[in-house]
Amino acid sequence: MIRTPLRPLARVLSAREKGENPDHIERENIRLRAEEARASAQNRSEGRLLLLGLAFFAAFLVVGARMGLLAASEPMEPRSASSGADISALRADITDRNGRLLATNLSTHALYAHPKQMVDPPRVARELAKLFPDMKAEDLERRFTDGRSFLWLRKKLSPEQMQAVHDIGDPGLLFGPRDMRLYPNGNLAAHILGGSSFGAEGVHSAEVIGTAGLERAMDARLRDPAQASIPLALSIDLTVQSAMHEILEAGMIMMNAKGAASIMLDVHTGEVIAMVSLPDFDPNDRPNFLVKGDPGDSPLFNRAVQGVYELGSTFKIFAAAQAMELGLVTPDSMVDADAPLRWGKHRIGEFEGKNYGPLLSVTDVIVKSSNVGTAHMALQIGGERQQAFYKSLGFFDPVPIELTEAPGAAPLIPKRWTDIVTITTSYGHGMSASPMHLASAYAAIANDGVMLPPTLLKRDKTPVGTRVMSVASAEAAAAMLRQVVTRGTASFGEVEGYEVGGKTGTADKVKPGGGYDKGKNINTFAAMFPASDPQYVLVVTLDEASENTGPKPRRTAGWTAVPVAAEIIRRTAPLLGLRPQIETLAPNAVSAAKP
Amino acid sequence: MRPLMFILSVMVLMSLAFWAYRENYATQLALKDVSKLNHEIASLREGLSRQRAEWAYLNRPSRLRDLVALNFDSLGLLPLEPGQFGRLDQVVYPLPPISAFELGVPVDTVGGLDGPVDGAEEPL
Repeated sequence: MIRTPLRPLARVLSAREKGENPDHIERENIRLRAEEARASAQNRSEGRLLLLGLAFFAAFLVVGARMGLLAASEPMEPRSASSGADISALRADITDRNGRLLATNLSTHALYAHPKQMVDPPRVARELAKLFPDMKAEDLERRFTDGRSFLWLRKKLSPEQMQAVHDIGDPGLLFGPRDMRLYPNGNLAAHILGGSSFGAEGVHSAEVIGTAGLERAMDARLRDPAQASIPLALSIDLTVQSAMHEILEAGMIMMNAKGAASIMLDVHTGEVIAMVSLPDFDPNDRPNFLVKGDPGDSPLFNRAVQGVYELGSTFKIFAAAQAMELGLVTPDSMVDADAPLRWGKHRIGEFEGKNYGPLLSVTDVIVKSSNVGTAHMALQIGGERQQAFYKSLGFFDPVPIELTEAPGAAPLIPKRWTDIVTITTSYGHGMSASPMHLASAYAAIANDGVMLPPTLLKRDKTPVGTRVMSVASAEAAAAMLRQVVTRGTASFGEVEGYEVGGKTGTADKVKPGGGYDKGKNINTFAAMFPASDPQYVLVVTLDEASENTGPKPRRTAGWTAVPVAAEIIRRTAPLLGLRPQIETLAPNAVSAAKP
Repeated sequence: MRPLMFILSVMVLMSLAFWAYRENYATQLALKDVSKLNHEIASLREGLSRQRAEWAYLNRPSRLRDLVALNFDSLGLLPLEPGQFGRLDQVVYPLPPISAFELGVPVDTVGGLDGPVDGAEEPL
């Protein structure tokens, strides 16, 4: 690079000659040099700025292009990520307490059509109508040709049907994968499981949602992707459920009942071991709701939880237990049982106008099922304390069980709790509750006075219950219930070796317009076994049962519900691993012989 | 020196390019394998769940009950009942073996001695 000298000799000399100051030349040159340096620095920084700008532009361009690509392209699973064991199902399986399958998913296909891509719509319509008898060829042809570009044909196809549709070979017929809910046991646990159907449907998948029962109540848990691979274990024992279902069905037919319900509870945990309501349905093919008539007659109606009935004399044990708890009576105290009892304009009588009075011990009031004796005990207790006790046993609220129907089935409670209400509710009239309410209240007695909320889910540890009565009162009440079977109204309930204790209840049905229907009964038997150390509570309810082998039909629970319950206990107790308590045989010569 | 460095760096660049080329194809192959395996796992899992469902369906209590009724002649199965529970003291101890003689076989008690009897001249 050629640098101009700051003081060029030629110019300095000429300036001296002209008498000018040569320093001016030097300054001028310094100024020029500085200006030059500034210009080059500016150039360089401008170039750098341009470069930086270009780099930013390129970076934003890349980010923008990537975003556009992500937005415009079809989402895709990462190919390298391995799908672990956890994404195997969309909806968790349901099993019984021993892991036997109650509900699972089956992958299947849905059939849909793109009529605009169809080669020969009339032929497709004919072939489809041949395959599926519920489709009509004319209808299909009309729908294929009316200009629409998409229509659903079937929600579920079996593999055979799918192959047959493939064989039609039309490009306008398409399949979409579906996960279908399957209940392999059919009717067996229909009311517990409820049912499911498709929610939002797309071509590539459809969500399965619960529509009733446990499937709906536990929908969030079953659909939770984090828990989809962990089956939901119920407290139900499939074997017991099956035996109970079989016997209850036979009993319902034998006793000419139009409906029946039965519940078995484990008293120490509050788990429902089995629950049957008849008539029932197949959850794989759930029927529609009744459009007219009484919804209570629909097979969808769960009598065990939704059916609120006046449960009759089964309530008497609560009055006796509370009276003992309050120290008003002991099992041997004598109470006034002189029938009929007049209270205002009401007249309280006994079954078939009998009179067990004038005095009866508390045990005998329960054993003979005396309305008047119970009424006197209830009056001693008083309305407020009686209400509080019923409330603590859960009779004022819907049962907190994991069924979508449960919250809607609130018990029917009189608005004003007058003395006559105190009297009638003490023997189970004037207020209605479901068999499930009764079962959990009996379980509280059987569990030494501790009330546990019933559940359909397997419990790993027993929840802390609320104490509703002392151990002594609960044991005394259980002993009374035992005597009802040994020498009282439930004598058919005796099952050798299992010490059944229980209380019968027969209530006339309430007519829709009010008043009672004398010919129609709800027969209930609430039992616990073995009474000396209760493990299980069983409630059997028969709707409009009558036992017709005698000269006139017998409609009391002792003749209808009790024998059915006894048979259920006889069959299910061994399945539950309960050993019958039999007297030891004296060793005879053979069994005593030793080698 | 400089040309040597230049040639060396070009060769390094080429070998890296070759390595990257091979890695690229190896990765694509591995990804293809993984997706194939994933598909296989998914289909096996689907088969497993279908077989579980089938097993549950074939073992449903109502079907087993019908089968038991159908095959009663050969199986003779009955529901579990309380009477089938026993206690230990009801179980008979094994009887001492009877070794003196076999039941049902008549024993000749009259004669048949093989050896000579003391004092006898000849075998009886």
